[in-house]
Amino acid sequence: MKVSDLLNNGFEEITLPDGDREINGVYIGDLLSWVMGRAQQDNAWITIMSNINVIAVATLADTACVILAENVELPDDIKAQAEIKDVNVLKSSLPIYETAVRLHELLP
Amino acid sequence: MSEPLVFHYEVDGSDFTSAGTASVAVKKSLRQLGLPSEVIRKLSIAMYEGEINMVIHANGGTADVLVTEDYVDIILKDSGPGIPDVEKAMQEGYSTATAEIHSLGFGAGMGLPNMKRYSDEMSIETELGVGTTIKMRIHMN
Repeated sequence: MKVSDLLNNGFEEITLPDGDREINGVYIGDLLSWVMGRAQQDNAWITIMSNINVIAVATLADTACVILAENVELPDDIKAQAEIKDVNVLKSSLPIYETAVRLHELLP
Repeated sequence: MSEPLVFHYEVDGSDFTSAGTASVAVKKSLRQLGLPSEVIRKLSIAMYEGEINMVIHANGGTADVLVTEDYVDIILKDSGPGIPDVEKAMQEGYSTATAEIHSLGFGAGMGLPNMKRYSDEMSIETELGVGTTIKMRIHMN
């Protein structure tokens, strides 16, 4: 499933510079080193962290997209960095667990 | 590519938000060189953890990346306080970072373990009050 396919399924676009990227699984975490150690390339990464380091971690760990759960907002300057670094960021109004369950229903 | 390609970066110790600049730049350069994506991923994560450590603990430092046909080396050098107990520092979950660092999502005690996880060879030279040099090698195949 492509990142852009999530948009009509309860996920809202914050940045989508590379919407054709395929999602191969899901990782959840807020401790950034933990994410870098455990998340797989092309995972959708669910978090409630929204600082600038999230964009760097998404770039380096090569995740398909960041999903901010619980309606967490991304500050404008960080949104601009995500666009520059080609990082897809989506938003979900659901809590983390329900966000993950929704992804589980959608992923093949 | 008979001579190694060398990339040199200064890691700014004063600004937490700019940590990762060198790793992201290296990633971009190595992509342009056409290196295997798994090598690039391992290298850039290992290097980012090193950068973060230098910002948290050592007020910055330098990062050098050498690319040869067979491997990539990362050499991270700082003039920080040194690591009192390397064995302890290598344990997952052990951290001396402050609450402020934790609020940014770091300080999980995974930095050095991740550097080991993502490199094929790693060595740490450290001296209290003098600084720390970490060398990591990632093989191409």
